[in-house]
Amino acid sequence: MGWLSTHGGDVWTLLLQHVWLAAVPLVIGLLVALPLGWAARRWRAAYPILVTTSGLLYTVPSLALFILMPLILGTRILDPINVVAAMTVYTVALLVRSVADGLGAVPEDVRAAATAMGYRGFRRLLAVDLPLAVPVLTAGLRVAAVSNVSIVSVASLIGVAQLGNLLTDGYNRAINGELITGIVACLLLALAFDWIIRGIGRALTPWTRA
Amino acid sequence: MIPTIWTWLTSAQNWVGSFGIGNRLAQHVGYSLLVVAIAAVIAIPLGLWVGHTGRGRWVVSATNAARAVPTLGLLFALALWVGPHIPGRAAFVVPSVIALVLLAIPPILAGTYAGVEAVDPAARDAAKGLGMTPRQVLARVELPCALPLLWSGLRSAVLQVIATATIAAYIGLGGLGRFLIDGLAQADYAQTAGGAILVCLLALVADGVLALVQRVVVSPGVSGRRRRRRGIILAPGKDMGHGNVAHTTRA
Amino acid sequence: MKRTTTAIALAGVALLALTASACGSGGSDPLSSSSASTGSGGSASAGGGAVVVGSADFSESVLLAEIYAGALKAKGVDASTKTNIGSREIYLKALEDGSVQVVPEYTGALALFYDKSFDKTDPNEVYDALKAALPKNLTVLAKSAAEDNDSIVVTKETAAMLGGVTTLSGLKDKAGTLTLGAPPEFQTRPQGIPGLEKAYGVVFKDYVPLKGQALVQALKNGQVQAANIFSTDPAIAVNGFVTIEDDKKLFGSQNVVPLVAADRAGEVTAALDAVSAKLTTQELTNLLKATDVDKQDPKAVAAEWLKAQGLG
Repeated sequence: MGWLSTHGGDVWTLLLQHVWLAAVPLVIGLLVALPLGWAARRWRAAYPILVTTSGLLYTVPSLALFILMPLILGTRILDPINVVAAMTVYTVALLVRSVADGLGAVPEDVRAAATAMGYRGFRRLLAVDLPLAVPVLTAGLRVAAVSNVSIVSVASLIGVAQLGNLLTDGYNRAINGELITGIVACLLLALAFDWIIRGIGRALTPWTRA
Repeated sequence: MIPTIWTWLTSAQNWVGSFGIGNRLAQHVGYSLLVVAIAAVIAIPLGLWVGHTGRGRWVVSATNAARAVPTLGLLFALALWVGPHIPGRAAFVVPSVIALVLLAIPPILAGTYAGVEAVDPAARDAAKGLGMTPRQVLARVELPCALPLLWSGLRSAVLQVIATATIAAYIGLGGLGRFLIDGLAQADYAQTAGGAILVCLLALVADGVLALVQRVVVSPGVSGRRRRRRGIILAPGKDMGHGNVAHTTRA
Repeated sequence: MKRTTTAIALAGVALLALTASACGSGGSDPLSSSSASTGSGGSASAGGGAVVVGSADFSESVLLAEIYAGALKAKGVDASTKTNIGSREIYLKALEDGSVQVVPEYTGALALFYDKSFDKTDPNEVYDALKAALPKNLTVLAKSAAEDNDSIVVTKETAAMLGGVTTLSGLKDKAGTLTLGAPPEFQTRPQGIPGLEKAYGVVFKDYVPLKGQALVQALKNGQVQAANIFSTDPAIAVNGFVTIEDDKKLFGSQNVVPLVAADRAGEVTAALDAVSAKLTTQELTNLLKATDVDKQDPKAVAAEWLKAQGLG
């Protein structure tokens, strides 16, 4: 605690930066994954292609993606956008499958009933299929959030500031307090993300608590 | 950029020697095998025990929560605290191996446990009714039935370890991660990209091999291949393929 | 229906393209120094704005960046820091693409970066050669007396084992029994492992890429027997490491000098020249002891020093 007591302000700044770098890709990633996951469910042939491609993207080492992003995007090397873009790729990679499986888990009779009640096409997707997919989607988002918080810390190796700075500096200068602070802060942040997403998921599915 | 990466990957001099691609690839495969083997030896018996007895479920929850620990921090902490107590070159290997084992345990444990947990109670009762001892029930019924989920946990662990071993290069581990870390330090982007491509290829090959092995080791009665052929449709949601349990925190 | 099909196809293609484009930015490399310097080098920084002081990913560079930024602020310049960017290879790109405007540098190493055939060793000649070698959009201000050179150090025990070997020339026959620890960039730099072999015929048994305190620990614990550590590193005195003399001046002269974007030099020269005038090797070593041994904050150490020098 000794180290933290004198560095609270710095940790707070880095924490906010970390939240931003992990959360923005989560939102963009979800928005990108929704149509892709839907497509994977809608067209039989698209499923293996999309799920395999996204699985493959997840195996790209994060450090490599961070380093190479400026080459892909034409951005400056220290731009946090590079990290946001890379994290979005990972989020999409994890969520495409969740969206597809979530939509696929909607029981056929429910879908038929909705159709009979006059829900069709896009409206049925929004009003029936998507809400019923929320539990699976939430599970996927929670995994992505925890994963994002961990991976973002690697960005300190390419000079983009966030909580990972405490890890690298703590290691390079052998300051245990700083290293522990970094680990605990990342851990708490991941748990907070997890808790919030679970809460949102519950709020969106009141029928599951009946 | 592509020609430079291609040149880097295909130039013979980059493949030979102790810093060459050949040796780095061998190191990467070696560390990954070692890590997954250690993790499996710990996690599979533990998962079977928890699933079989129903006791100690908190172990599974605890390891799942532990996935939120940032991998980079775990590596640094082990390097700083464990490294100095280990003599010789092992000092650069042991901390990384421990960190990667800790990373590989949760998916294998969760897969094994979920697999045993999901065994149809009727099958378990039938086995007991046939006079099987608890040990026999575990070995002949629960383990084979749990194998698909166990295996998907293992595949997920392998992918994570292969990808994350690259970060361990920062604390002195060999393997393909060296090309990423050294390429970054030397601003040699062809080296970084080439290294990343090799890691992806290795992950693909490893996952492909494990998928093939899965077809061999999983009983056709369990995998559903035989049933499907007879035209019986599996209940939706039963097929928890690789990825569902297999989730993952890695860096 | 047709339209949605097209949309889906496009979305799928986009995902695939994302993978493919990792390797396919059309044959051009926006990070190569030539295109970066012609590209956004001036655009981002021209027309004023805040001055960002960058640094490499080692303590001394971070400390110097904090000193520079502190001195600039004291003179009313709107300055901030962006520390731990990476190796020289990386932070020079950041300087060229306008992400930072000032970085602390070392004369000899920087000259060699831009002129591979550079071989001067006298501090003033090195400085003049550096000025000539720099690209047009970059400039160095006055150099300081403080020098931080690369050095090869061993533990006292290893020094005893080596017998009378005190110079790198003498190490030639013994290096084959030693493992060297050094930062990754040392492996390929002309003044690094290739230079040791070329100038001295010194080839180590093995090489472990390490840096910072991890390298110091590894040397202390005998996991490596020789290490490439900066000559100002307080770990040398604290641990009683023995420096093997660079008798052929492979490492040249390495005076601390601010490297700045040429179009911003006007704003920063007065403040940074004042810093360079006060900085000595001994001062630098003391400051590093505060950050690395006593684990104080680089920013606080920098502020304290600036104040003591009447610059803060």
